[in-house]
Parts: sequence; structure tokens; C-alpha cells
Amino acid sequence: MNKKLAISILVYLATVMLYSMGDGYIFLENTTFKFGVVALVSMTLYYYIDRAKSGEEIYLRPIAGLKAIEEAVGRATEMGKSVLFVPGISDMDQVETVSGLILLGHVAETTAKYEAGLNVPVSKSIVMEAGRETCRESYLRAGRPDLYYDDMVHYLTDDQFAYAAGVNGIMIREKPAACFYLGKFYAESLILAETGNSIGAIQIAGTGSPSQIPFFVTACDYTLIGEEFFTASAYLSKKPELLGSIKGQDIVKGLVMASMILTLVLHGLFQAGWLGFDIVTIFGN
Amino acid sequence: MSVEIFGSWIVVFLTLSIFSYLYDDNPFYKAAEHIFIGVSAGYWAVIAFWQQIQPNLFGRLWPKLEESADTSVLNSVWYSIYKVFNYISTGAGTLDRSVFPEGGIEGYDEIRLMYIIPFILGIFMLLRLVPKVGWLARWAIAYIVGMTAGLRFYSFLNSDILLQIKASAVDFTGEWGAIINGMIVFIGTITGLIYFFFSKEHKGSFGTLSKIGIYFLMIKFGASFGFAVMGRISLLIGRINQLKDYSSVEYNYATPIILLFIIVSLGIWSFMDGGKKNESAA
Repeated sequence: MNKKLAISILVYLATVMLYSMGDGYIFLENTTFKFGVVALVSMTLYYYIDRAKSGEEIYLRPIAGLKAIEEAVGRATEMGKSVLFVPGISDMDQVETVSGLILLGHVAETTAKYEAGLNVPVSKSIVMEAGRETCRESYLRAGRPDLYYDDMVHYLTDDQFAYAAGVNGIMIREKPAACFYLGKFYAESLILAETGNSIGAIQIAGTGSPSQIPFFVTACDYTLIGEEFFTASAYLSKKPELLGSIKGQDIVKGLVMASMILTLVLHGLFQAGWLGFDIVTIFGN
Repeated sequence: MSVEIFGSWIVVFLTLSIFSYLYDDNPFYKAAEHIFIGVSAGYWAVIAFWQQIQPNLFGRLWPKLEESADTSVLNSVWYSIYKVFNYISTGAGTLDRSVFPEGGIEGYDEIRLMYIIPFILGIFMLLRLVPKVGWLARWAIAYIVGMTAGLRFYSFLNSDILLQIKASAVDFTGEWGAIINGMIVFIGTITGLIYFFFSKEHKGSFGTLSKIGIYFLMIKFGASFGFAVMGRISLLIGRINQLKDYSSVEYNYATPIILLFIIVSLGIWSFMDGGKKNESAA
């Protein structure tokens, strides 16, 4: 066992022990287990981020949709058309919107490099501000601040279907060559993706909303399903801290799977009368 | 013509204008789209102010206090800021006071100074309009993103991880059907999780399990798609039923008259627009 891992385990155990001493006094009653899980996930992520920062190479399997981003922007440039980026209809308090804006940064950098037009209609004022900041920074990073203008990220309306109607209008009038739907979507997803499909645009979608993924899978060329969408920023940036966090998340998934199998077996043994305690009780209500 | 009949004509016109998109992007669709966006943008701005900012922010900072409440100098100074806001919002007293009522806003019984933080962050967002200090808007955005990440971390961990692990405990004392169903869901969850492993190549048995996972996901997506299509069909039926109701003599035959008007207008527009298109193509 290496030194860093041993220190991480010790810190984890000490933290959980300290918390359990304050359980019911300083902290909420019967929350030690949940705190333990939060601390375990945090420590695991931190440990792998640290390893990635110290130079360890991390393998990431290829995701087709991410490779296609540059291809789509390139196609728009060749056709002399613009790129449409839709960050969804939620505010910045949704993780999907934050992820979508991170990807907007990458798309904006690519459009700046290729000198392609970019159009980002938004439905929330704070998203508009964040989107403008993201695009400005990306154009600056690409060495083309002269191509940036505030109105490339513009507000339409807060209303879900009015926003969908507005984006549809932009699509059928401007006929963008590439459409990106990256963010949190609700019932408007199929309306947007179908319109994009009808104008012949190459479409790349990504969302964490399970109920909307089927529509994107049906109507788009590439779809980033659930967590593929959240990891996209790490894939594209190749920053060690982000790559490390993906490795850490994979380890957490492994732990979750092991816990599920263990829960199934131990609960089965309890019901068969071969075990004195029911593991389900430790999860609380 | 009564307001109800006038309203029904507007409803029918806007509904059919939106449906006209099925033919092509045309002036009726454009008009309906712009009305929809404009009206909703205004509506949401008013709702956000009167249901959030006024009662929840101003109402907490300057609540209407009881007569016997704190009459200290600090309190007077605090409420003099309120009076300044009122002076500005009423255009130096020329308009009726509505945003800042006399003595404070009703709803809360004490001043909650903690709400100065969102108030200041909100002002920071507005400072984007002043280029020199526009960078302060980033602080507000950073606060929202950071706070969201922290808050969601625990709630997602609880609902998506702990409850999922708990749900994997299949009840073996139940009926066979329920046990088999539970086991299928269990296998689907495990293989679905395997599909979302990014730091390992999907080859060999790991790849096979990952493939099973994606089959489970696709089955779920298919079911979800069918369910949503059913929902959309019922929405369409609702609209058609309303159009049918408005086609009666009671509403002066709103649907058939407007439908005919739109069809004739589209025919003329198409003829003229087609000519223009041919001209530009030549």
C-alpha cells in the first residue's frame, strides 16, 4: 500500500470518527453513515485527482459524440453557415446547465478557430451572463477576441414552449449547419431535435435528463447519454484534475456495484433466517 | 362580440397559426411565434418581480413591523433606505406607491439582514451594464455555481446512490413475478453502471456486460419514448377538441372561418413568395 493511500484512509477514518462523536450533539442525529459515504466519495475523488496531477496517465475510452464536435463546426465553416448552441431551459442551479456551458466554451473556441458564426439563444438571464463570459473567454483563448460580440448569446424568454418556438424560428430562418443541444431539457427536446433534423443540420445532443434522452437518440446524429455528457468537459480539456475525477468516479461506481451485490446477498440471507440483522436498516428512511 | 367569443377567435387564430408551420415557415407562424415569445418574456419578468423579488427579497429586508417593534436609530436609518427606494420607484412621488408600500412590505415579522447577500449579488449582476465594474457579475455567477455544486452533491448522493443501493435488496419473500422483476432491474442497474465506466476499455467479458447494459438503456428509452408520444397525442387531441368546440355557432364559427382565411392567405403568400424565390434563383 502506498503512503498517500494509507494517509487518505487514516484521514477518512479520523474524520468519520470525529463526526460520529458529535452525532446528535453538534450534527444531526443518525447521520454518521451518510456523512461517511459523502466523505468516502470525496476522498476517493481527491485521491485520484491527486494521482492524476502527479503525472499518472489515465485511459479514457473514446466517445463518438465528442469527436464529432470539431467535425460539426468544420462542416458549418465549409458550408458558410452558423452553429447553433442550445444550453437547455434550466438555470445555473442545475448541474446539466453548468456542464452545458463548459462544453459551450469548447464549441466557442472551435468556432473562433474556424471563424464560424455562433448563435446561443438562452432562456434564463443568469445563463445568458455565464454564457457570454464563457464565449468571451473562449474567443480570447483562441486568439480571436475581435470575432466575439455579446449578442451571440442572447435571451429569448423564460417560458418553455415559447423558447422552443423561438429556437425553431432561428433554425428554419438561419438554417445552421450544426446544432448542439447540451444542457437540461424537458418536453421541448423533441421539438428542437426534429426541427434541426428537418433542416439537415448535423446534431449533437447531451443531457442528464433520462426522459429526454430517447428523443435525442431518435433525432440527433450523436447523443451523449447521461454521464457521458458530464464527463465530456474532462475529455475535451484533458486537464489532470478532471481526468482524475473521472477515474475517481469510476472507482465510486465500482464501490456502488459491490455494495449493491452485498446488499442483495445479505438481505437474502437475512430473509432466509441465516443472518441476525437486516442490512437495509443502515440506510435509514 | 363578447370577450369570451373574442378570446376564442384569438385562441383559434394562434393555434392554427402555429399549426401552419407544418406547411412552411410563413407570416402566420412568424407572427404567432413572436407574440408568444414577447408575451411570455414580459409575463415571466412580471412574475419574477412580484412573486420573488418583491415579497421574498424586499419583503424580508424591509418587512412591515408592528407598532411596538424596534424604534432604534439603526432601524430608522434602515427604513430611510426603503424610503429612498420608494422615492425612486415612484418617480419622485409622481406615481402611486406599489412596490414599496407605506411602513414596509407585509409577510414577515422581522428584518432578515442575511438577505443583503442575495440583494448585493443581484446588484452585481446588474453591474454588467457598467463595463468598468462588469466583472463583479462573475462573483454572483460563481456563488450560484459553487452553491449548486455543494448542495446537489449531497442530495444526489442520497437519492441516486444510497437509495439505489437500498432498492437493490430484492424481497425474496414476495411472489415469483416480483422476485424475477427485481432481479431483472438489479442486473439492468449493474450492467448499466458498467456501460458508464470510462477509464476501462470495453473489451472481453467487461465489454459483453457493457453491451447488455446499453440494451437495458435502449429498452428503457424506447418505453419512455412511447410513453411520451402517447402524452403528446393526448395534448393534440385536447387542441383538436378545443378547435372543434370553437367551430360551433356559439362562437360564430371561429375555427372554419379562420382556417379558410389562413389557407387562402397561405395560398396567395405561397404564390407570391414562390415567384420571388424563382426570381432570386434566376
